Amino acid sequence: MDFVPIPSQTVGPYFHLGLTEKHSASCIASSTANGEHVWVTCRVFDGDGAPVDDAMIEVWQADSEGKYNHPDDLREKQSDPGCHGFGRLGTAADGSCQFETIKPGSVPGRAGVPQVPHLNLAVFARGLLNHLYTRLYFAGEPGNEKDPVLGLVPQERRGTLMAQPDPARSGHWCFDIHLCGAQ
Amino acid sequence: MGHLSNARSIITAYRRPDPSSQPVLLHEPYRATIRRAPRKPLILLPHTLSEVTGPVYGPEDITEGDNDLTHQRGGEPLGERMILTGRVLDDNGRPVSQALLEIWQANAAGRYLHVKDQHPAPLDPNFTGAGRTLTDENGCYRFVTIKPGAYPWLNHYNAWRPAHIHFSIFGRAFATRLVTQMYFPGDPLCAIDPIFQSVRDEEAQQRLIARLDLETTQPQWALGYRFDIVLRGREATPLET
Ligand SMILES: [Fe+3]
Repeated sequence: MDFVPIPSQTVGPYFHLGLTEKHSASCIASSTANGEHVWVTCRVFDGDGAPVDDAMIEVWQADSEGKYNHPDDLREKQSDPGCHGFGRLGTAADGSCQFETIKPGSVPGRAGVPQVPHLNLAVFARGLLNHLYTRLYFAGEPGNEKDPVLGLVPQERRGTLMAQPDPARSGHWCFDIHLCGAQ
Repeated sequence: MGHLSNARSIITAYRRPDPSSQPVLLHEPYRATIRRAPRKPLILLPHTLSEVTGPVYGPEDITEGDNDLTHQRGGEPLGERMILTGRVLDDNGRPVSQALLEIWQANAAGRYLHVKDQHPAPLDPNFTGAGRTLTDENGCYRFVTIKPGAYPWLNHYNAWRPAHIHFSIFGRAFATRLVTQMYFPGDPLCAIDPIFQSVRDEEAQQRLIARLDLETTQPQWALGYRFDIVLRGREATPLET
């Protein structure tokens, strides 16, 4: 056989059966985890601005000190056992899903430059032939303007990667994902 | 809050697949892509610790029997029993061990056990259509299931999906995450299926098709199919970060 990566295909409309019916995970970090506890509501919209009710979002993140729960994070500290680091949910009729987690710490980036706190997201849906990666940043976080990865995004599009605090509920953040269109 | 951010670490990035080996995101014959495929240029995410790590699974995440879809409900499901096996490798040819594989599929009549599938084919009380397993140290996995049926969908007039099994694979890193579909050899519906045809390159299409394998086949019991899965592998040179 050759060693060329296999093509991706859409997750389709029935992914719940295999992926989220029994194995969804809304809790990325439990109440025992260290750090600032937050609730993140993601909403997915299509090019017409209509909510996407059959998307799946996966989240991967570091603990409150920026340590990943993974053997390739070679730094000595143990990761926080209260922070599993992974979550996945299907979206509801209004295109939303909500994760319970903590705000991650800063993670090292290229050339030792620290990265600002962020969640790593993968978005899957019927109509998406390959999943899309994105990052969620926290609006108003000191250092956002200087982050090297965020700096790769044209200034006028950076706002699309910022979760916004919900003024009505402390600790709650909202993150809208527009798959295409004017955003 | 403390910070570890000054600690240096070595990471090795994952290779970007050749675009011709992957589907195009906007493939108009598959209508749902028109309102969902991104139009703005995608920004290449540099690989950092965030991308080269990812959720790790182990035996505790699997229950015995999760990989046998013919024994989840007491009785035996109807359909052509099959053993589905293969290896998960990276593009350096190395086995990916402890990869979590999750599959889901229609029953032999082409019906999913899902509220959104209401087409008039029978449900099978003995078939749920979902399974999961981990690869062993050689990257090998094995499922026992039944061959799914083709099913109609509303993409265009008289649209039918070829028989397929959905696969989700967690490799070692979030960057190697993959969801795909496995098809069967000789299925005439592949040639007219817009999802399969979103992969333009013929060699790449072949990678989505399992092959009938008489060595895996068990006489008087089940046909064997092999389906090997190659994930992105690491670059040759590590980066110091
Ligand atoms: Fe399907």
